[in-house]
Amino acid sequence: MSIWSYANPVKFLALSAKLQPYLWGAAALCVCTGLIWGFFGTPDDYRQGSTVKIIYLHVPSALMAINAWFMMLLTSLIWLVRRHHVSALAARAAAPVGLVMTLIALITGAIWGQPMWGTWWAWDPRLTSFLILFLFYLGYIALWEAVEDPDTAADLTSVLCLVGSVFAVLSRYAVQFWNQGLHQGTSVPVATGGRTVDDVFFVPLAISMVGFGLLFVALVLYRTGTEIRLRRTQALRTRMERGL
Amino acid sequence: MMPDLGKYAAEVLSAYGASMVLLAVLLAVTLRRGRAARAGLAQVEAEAKQETQKDG
Repeated sequence: MSIWSYANPVKFLALSAKLQPYLWGAAALCVCTGLIWGFFGTPDDYRQGSTVKIIYLHVPSALMAINAWFMMLLTSLIWLVRRHHVSALAARAAAPVGLVMTLIALITGAIWGQPMWGTWWAWDPRLTSFLILFLFYLGYIALWEAVEDPDTAADLTSVLCLVGSVFAVLSRYAVQFWNQGLHQGTSVPVATGGRTVDDVFFVPLAISMVGFGLLFVALVLYRTGTEIRLRRTQALRTRMERGL
Repeated sequence: MMPDLGKYAAEVLSAYGASMVLLAVLLAVTLRRGRAARAGLAQVEAEAKQETQKDG
């Protein structure tokens, strides 16, 4: 069976309903384990003290803030090329989740930065590109709400998503691109494997990262189902009003 | 048992508190909107069925 068969809303909802109980369960287990282990079961860092415990929220949320945009980029491209409505609705469904992840990353980053850097905020390349990404999320959600015709809204938001992808990439690689600013480079570089986080912190962090990823997938599947139902409700109402 | 967070207790607790509140709001809004969408669709489908029976 082709993956495109799941562009059919009925098949998508059926598969989503089967997967969701496992996804919600695994997400709850991993997020709770990662955060509880990180908060209660790890020592203080010799330089950062107990503020190191913020890593279990800050890193997973920042990771998901950027990855949510990449997921939206992928589904927006599928909409633009293949015109599958489910992919456009999945992008719409992911945006508020990405927005909240970005907000968590910004807030926890500011709270962590104050005692470590001596400031809540700096116009550092990574922080600034992250703030712009946050504004792109707001603009993306506002654009969906502002345009009445759903296909036009999907077209316009897909283009906005393509433009915003520049800042999603910059958010991830700003430290390497500019090589300056307060924010450090990634502590867990997946590509090179040369992480700078000790195992005692890394294991709960990895569990929390997996948990946030699963939570994102579960939320997006659930929210996409909601968007499909709202679209069908709208279509039925229009049909009834026209007396068809 | 609560770990000793030392002089950074306020920072750590506020980071966790703010994040938990935001995640809880996201979950609550998502579930509420989902339930409303299900109920709305069920109602419209019932109305559409009634209209079809009337016409038939």
